Amino acid sequence: MKSKWWLISLLVCLAVACISPLASSSPDGLERVAEDRGFIELAGEAPYQVIADYVFPGVANEALATILAGVVGTLVLFGAAYGLAWLLTLRKRQLA
Amino acid sequence: MHIPDGFLNVATVATTAAVSVGGIGGAVRIVGKKLGEKQVPLMGILAAFIFAAQMLNFPVAGGTSGHVIGAALAAILLGPWAAVLIMACVLIAQCLIFQDGGLLALGANIFNMGIVASFSGYYIYRLVTWIAGNTRKSTLVGGFAAAWVSVLLASIFCAVELAVSGSSPLGVVLPAMAGVHALIGIGEGLITTAVLGLVLATRADLLQLQRI
Repeated sequence: MKSKWWLISLLVCLAVACISPLASSSPDGLERVAEDRGFIELAGEAPYQVIADYVFPGVANEALATILAGVVGTLVLFGAAYGLAWLLTLRKRQLA
Repeated sequence: MHIPDGFLNVATVATTAAVSVGGIGGAVRIVGKKLGEKQVPLMGILAAFIFAAQMLNFPVAGGTSGHVIGAALAAILLGPWAAVLIMACVLIAQCLIFQDGGLLALGANIFNMGIVASFSGYYIYRLVTWIAGNTRKSTLVGGFAAAWVSVLLASIFCAVELAVSGSSPLGVVLPAMAGVHALIGIGEGLITTAVLGLVLATRADLLQLQRI
């Protein structure tokens, strides 16, 4: 039952990532303030791009590209935070 | 509220980076010592959820959108230090992989949305549940208040960093940032409360674990 809870939770996260194309494309709070108060042009471009702006590169369909970016990011973060927490508590478990 | 490169000056970049490195160092030490076995998978789930939820910009007034930060939710479920670590994972991945938030501004983003939002959210939640008692209702109300305050405070720190960097005068940027994020904070509050309600209904035991 408990392992099932984690699996269901991860599936819910992936489902959330899959509705990401429905998200509002309006500027966010900080972008809006920067535009209105005239300092948005100070923003610099990133020196390199991987999955810039949550659009998976090389996928023509934009909704699909956004979903792919969301799914990849969700899985990467699940793995990264789970892995980090597991590693950090390794010593504690060995002592126990 | 991800600050891109170019908005902050060198002094602000250096100061926020130093504080965030220190904060992450402290979080690594404390989480390593205190995190329970049951909480390890929850770290992964929360990081995954916060990343996915942050992609869902919802409209607020006047052609502006907002998305959740998620730090208050993480801090309520796991504690502020664990939340700092989760937020650092999310913000580092967003910066390095998704080009959301500048490389040089990463320290400021971790400070605002990680450290400030996690600790403020956690202590507001603790305050409300201390006053109102450990009930379902106080958990939900405390969650809403924690989420709202965490967004507002993060935006205030963001505004101060922008002002100190000379991007915009404080008298202009502070009310503008606080105003729009007071609205975005309502969205954060509703989503945080909804998730807490879901956790209470399915795994209420998670809310009884020691917070880190």
